[in-house]
Parts: sequence; structure tokens; C-alpha cells
Amino acid sequence: MKFRVERDVLADAVTWTARTLPTRPPAPVLAGVRIEADPSGVIGLSSFDYEVSARSEIPAEVAEPGTVLVSGRLLAEIARALPHKPVDVTLEGTKVVVTCGASRFTLLTMPVEDYPTLPQMPELSGTVSGDALTHAVAQVSVAASRDETLPLLTGVRMEIEGERITLLSTDRYRLALRELTWTPTTPDFSAVALVKARTLTDVAKSLGSGGGLVNIGLSTGNGLDLIGFEAGGRHTTSQLVDGDYPAVRRLFPDATPIHAVVPTQALIDAARRVALVAERNTPIRLAFTDGQVVLDAGQGDDAQASEALEAVLVGEDITVAFNPQFLLDGLTALGTDFTRLSFTHPNKPVEFTGQESLDGEDSSEYRYLLVPIRFAG
Amino acid sequence: MSRAPRSADARRDWGSDESGTSVMHVDMDAFFASCELARRPELKGLPVIVGGRERGVVLAATYEARAFGVRSAMSMTAALRLCPQAVVVPPDHRLYQEVSRSIMGMIGEITAIVEQVSIDEAFLDVSGARRRLGPPTVIGARLRERVQQAHGVTCSVGIARNKFLAKLASTHAKPDGMLLVPDAASVPFLRTLPVGALWGVGEKTEQALARWGITTVAQLADTDVPTLQAAVGQVAGAHLHDLAWGRDHRPVVAGREERSIGNETTFDVDQRDLVVVERRLLELADKVAARLRGQGLVGRTVALKVRTNDFRTLTRSRTLDGSTDVAREIYRVARELLAAVDLQGLPVRLVGVRVENLQARAGTAEQPTLEEASAERPAAQREAELALDAVRQRFGRSAIGLGFGGVFGDARDQEGRLEAPRHAPAG
Repeated sequence: MKFRVERDVLADAVTWTARTLPTRPPAPVLAGVRIEADPSGVIGLSSFDYEVSARSEIPAEVAEPGTVLVSGRLLAEIARALPHKPVDVTLEGTKVVVTCGASRFTLLTMPVEDYPTLPQMPELSGTVSGDALTHAVAQVSVAASRDETLPLLTGVRMEIEGERITLLSTDRYRLALRELTWTPTTPDFSAVALVKARTLTDVAKSLGSGGGLVNIGLSTGNGLDLIGFEAGGRHTTSQLVDGDYPAVRRLFPDATPIHAVVPTQALIDAARRVALVAERNTPIRLAFTDGQVVLDAGQGDDAQASEALEAVLVGEDITVAFNPQFLLDGLTALGTDFTRLSFTHPNKPVEFTGQESLDGEDSSEYRYLLVPIRFAG
Repeated sequence: MSRAPRSADARRDWGSDESGTSVMHVDMDAFFASCELARRPELKGLPVIVGGRERGVVLAATYEARAFGVRSAMSMTAALRLCPQAVVVPPDHRLYQEVSRSIMGMIGEITAIVEQVSIDEAFLDVSGARRRLGPPTVIGARLRERVQQAHGVTCSVGIARNKFLAKLASTHAKPDGMLLVPDAASVPFLRTLPVGALWGVGEKTEQALARWGITTVAQLADTDVPTLQAAVGQVAGAHLHDLAWGRDHRPVVAGREERSIGNETTFDVDQRDLVVVERRLLELADKVAARLRGQGLVGRTVALKVRTNDFRTLTRSRTLDGSTDVAREIYRVARELLAAVDLQGLPVRLVGVRVENLQARAGTAEQPTLEEASAERPAAQREAELALDAVRQRFGRSAIGLGFGGVFGDARDQEGRLEAPRHAPAG
């Protein structure tokens, strides 16, 4: 095997392919990146950990075709450190030699015949705007659980009905829902999938940020349930999380007799300031009265802080308390100039939605449901 | 029961100057065993072991039994091999709890600055009690007498300038004795001891020090700090050097009585079926939660203890977002901790659940789950468990148990982990 490739092209592709490599691989070969040099002038780079696979293709001058397996992390570090000159990669015996300008590296190869076969990218199911996907996934994944022992809740649930994708996630204390549109291959396309939030976030960031379109392929119900994402010569597949997601949609309140509207950034800033005196996980109280909301934190002899903001209140006065981090997560994810908080009762979940003006209507595109803190009697 | 090495040289009269020695360590002698002897005097003079007979561990042993090599935490089988004639008494924790409370009450009459370390051990700072009650040795002697008269059990008392030395002094006073280490005698006293007597020196550290030729506190004290740090690490090196010179600046902190609540059980037969182990975890969580609620406490840290049949003991703990006294929550965390433990395919001998980081429930903030908050009545799970408490009070502990259900519970059932009706195959 022998090929020449542009340094930046190689560094980008290797970095992307190696980014999901496991730190402690279940088998040594899984720490590798497989390099396939095709006589047609294409280099394929692949990584796989039995759950997530990544493959990227880049153009190169292929002198001798071939396939090798080398340490992904090492190759990525070498590629990033190389000077800005064309890179020659040659297999010499059991070693891969990387030459670039005056630099020369040798890497040991691993037995490529022991490397598992990567899953096929599922057939195309539809296309979504990369930017929209990235934004939507970021908004929903804040509410996903990071507790690996609750595997179901570390996933983001995707419900697809025709042109609408609904993303849902919850860690039992809050629930985020986001709707977005896409272009399915068939107008009556319908599917449900549960994807690891960590994987989905990573994929959305790395494939969606180019601004182009992202192709999505889903294969469910035929043995191996798989989702695949593809954009700009790169694709990633991920196994779906197994199990029935709890019926969480019903947790959104049917009617909310009280609601308040607050400028989002001002509320974020105030909450951050007030939270300074609150120990980790001690609550921030929000007291809404006509025309204002007063935030405060800290109790008794400890430090205390309070701050008042202008707010529109419709309905009775209400006071709720939140875990500061959970509150900030929701407000930050909203991304709109104004935030609407809809209440039924001080102890019942509060729904956060975004709106563009103080007296406008709220958008139901993104909804963040958060349970207030209660004080034991 | 302390297993710290002692030195015969240290057990002597170090003088009678009591100025500057206001820290007292009170340690009950073979506490559980003494309590049993007090109510069954016919056992006096016999080797007595407190613990579960079948597959249990030694919780306490009389000095007669210790003479045969019986030690606490030893398996009962091993203990009985060493001392087959021993009388084994099942533990009665309620009795020990009662006696302990009474004795801690007596200690509390001496001073409010009492740091209870465990059921049978406490530090007190008697500097404020000197004018009222006399010098520490007088206070200690009177306390020992009162305890003996009221409960028929003995305790040992160590008096010194700080906690570290007071504890060493009581260890060397045992059993049924009192040792004063005057301020000026602190260093000479320490220099008679082996390094293993120092707090924080276990087998590993002892070996590490031995490689540098350090086996006594005297040698340790005469070694420069950089050398010690090279031997046992930065922090430990400096710390051990301080201890060797009798320096310990930790004050006696009042009121740290109940720092955790836990229950554990040993299976009748080593258990391979994790579903059975999880069931037992639920029962333990239920007990622990009921005890928490009974004392009006909530805790933020849940700890799991698992012992496999090769006697390897693993403990794992997790601190929650908020405090809890709900069995379902404690169980959920304990089960998750169990799932993350690598048992190396070995059957389970013992499991335990403990809740730490305790505080009074009144006024604490709780983060309910969506499911709890959306239920018709708030804190439905806690209410349900309070109802269990009430039923049990009327009809006894075994009258009613916990079940499963609910949105998130159902979600996990789907994975077949909780309620999958698995029956052990017959035979």
C-alpha cells in the first residue's frame, strides 16, 4: 500500500474518524483505524466499537492499493502534528511509514484480518438540514440522563411521522421535546428510534455543522436496529438503544391557568448571579407577582442573594423553586429572546417555551418541562 | 474491637501531670459481648462470641475468646475452628443501642463537646469541665465507675493532649483501664510504639516503611520528611511525621452521632441469581428507609456493600442530587451500583445498603421526579411508604412489603430486570 494525500485533508478525516474510538477498547484491534487505499484514488478510513462506526472517504494519489490497521489515536496525533506539505503513506513490511517534508514516522500495524466488518449504512430514509439538526439535538440532549445505569434515559427518542421529527429526552427530573421538519424519501414514512444522546450530539455537531444536508438512514425491525447519518463523504452508524421508552408525552400539562413571560438573557444572568450564594443543588426561588419576578437563594445564616426583574404575569401570583443548573439548562437551550413559563401549581412541573416578543405568542417547537423543588415540612 | 498493635512498654505510668491534657477517649471493652455477659452472668469467664451462628461474622468476642485468636470481622466458621468451645450468642442490636444511648447520656453530662465515633466509642473535650468536675483522671474514673454500676459493662479511658494520643492511650489501657499520657510524655510514649500503631498505617504502608528500614515510631520520627514522602507519598509522609511527633490538630467536634444508617444480610446460600440479590436489596432499602423516616432523617449518599464468596468485599456509593428517605429511591441507586460492580462471576455472600450524609428532613429541599410531581397527590411514593410504616406499626414488620410500578419503573421492567418472573429451577 502506498499513497499521497493532502496534509489538512488527512488530518481532518483521521481526527473525525478516530474521535469515537474507545479509550479502553474491548479488543486491541478496536483501538485501530482501518485505512483502505482504493486504486480509483479514494482512501477510506474506518473505526468501529461494535456500537458506533465511522467512515470517511478522501481523495488521494494511490500508487499501490491495500488495507492496513494502525492505532487511531497515534495516527490522529501524528497527522495533526505534520507540517503543511503532502503526506506519503507507505506500508513497509509490518510497519506503516508516514513521511511529510523532513518528518518521518513509523507506526506498527495491527492484524487487519481480525478487524470486524463494519455495518452497512442503512438505506436512505430522508434528508434534514444540518444546522437544524445540530440545533435541535443540542436543545433536547440537555435533558438526557448521563447515568449509564439507566440506559433508556441516556437516549434521545426520535419519533418520525411523515415530514415531522419529534425528539424527546428526560432524566426523570426534566423533559425536553423538540419538533423539526425533514424530507423523507416516502411521504408516509413512520419510525421510532432511540439513539444514545452522546452519539447523537456528536454526530449532529460533526456532520451538521457544515451547513449542508444530512442524510439519515434507519433500519429497524430486522434483527440489527441501526441508524446511519451521512454528509460530505462521511458516515456514522449507531446501534439503537433497546427497550420501550416511558410514555412521557402525557406529562406535559393539558391546561396551565398561570403563565409568565420574562426576557431570557436577563433571567439567565440574574439566575447565575443569585446562584452564586446557593450551594450546589440548593434551589433558587422565583416569586412572580404582577409586573415582576424576584429571584432569591440562600437560607438562614448562610449568604443570601436576591434580584428583581420585569416580567409579565397572567393569572395568580405564584412562587416556585428550581435546581439552578436545571433552570439554566432550559433557559440556555431555548435560544429565544423571551421565555414563557406556564404553571398549574407550585409543586407541579413547569413548562418553558420560547417567544419572540414580550406580548406575543409562544412557540411549541421546543418545550422544556421541569419539576420544581419542594421543601419538606 | 481494636486490632491496632500495642506495645507492652507503653502500658505503664507516664506521670500524673494533667495540665494540657483535655481530650478523653472512651472506648467500651468488647462492647456487644459485655452487654450479653451483663444480662447472662453465668457466661462470665467463658469465651463468648457475638455473631450469627450460620455463616455469620464475629461482631464481638470476650477477652477469653480473644485469647484463642478470635478477632472481630472474622468469619464465624474460622472463629469456631480456633475456639470450638466458644459460646455463640446472636446479636441483639436493640439492647446494645439502648445501653449505648444511656452511656452516651452519662458522657453528655460531663460536657457538651462529645464526638461519638460509633456505638461504643466517643471523644470528649473536658477542658470546660475541669472546674466543675475536677481533673480528667477524676472525671474518667467516675465515668468508668458509673458505667460499670449502671450496666455491668466496662470501658477504657485514654487521656492526652489530642485525639490521636487519647485514642492510643485508651488502646493501651484496655481492658477495663485508664491511661493518662501527660503532655510532656507524649513523644516518649509514642517512641515506644511500632509504626503500625499510627492512624492510617495499614499493611501496605507498613511494608513501604519497612523497605526503608522504618518499623518503629521512633525511627519514623527521626526520618526527615522528604525521605518519608519518597516512601509513602507526599501527603501521607508529612502526615505520619506529624503523628510521630504527637501533632494532631483535629478538634473534638460535637454532635456527629448518627452519621449513617445501614442494614446488611448474609445469604443462607451463596447467591448466583442477581434477581434474588436485587430483591434482597429492596428489602434492605425498605428497612433503611423506614429507620430514616422513624428518626426524621434524610440522606444524600447511598452506599452498597457486596461480599462475594471469596470474601472479597466491594463498596460503592453515589451522592444524589437531593436527600431522600424513600425506599424506592434508595433501592434504585443501590441496584444501579450493584449493576456496575464487577463480581467476576462469583456468587454473592452478603449485601448491604447504607445511607450516609444524613440531615434532619424538616426544611430540606427535595427534587421530585416528573412522575412524582405529576401524580395526583404529591410525593406519592413517600406517602405510600409512610402508609407502610403505619401498617407495620399495627401488624408487625412482615405484614406488608414493597412492590413495583409507575412510568419509569415500567420502563425498566421492559428490560426484564425488575419484575421478570424468574423462578429458580427445581432441584
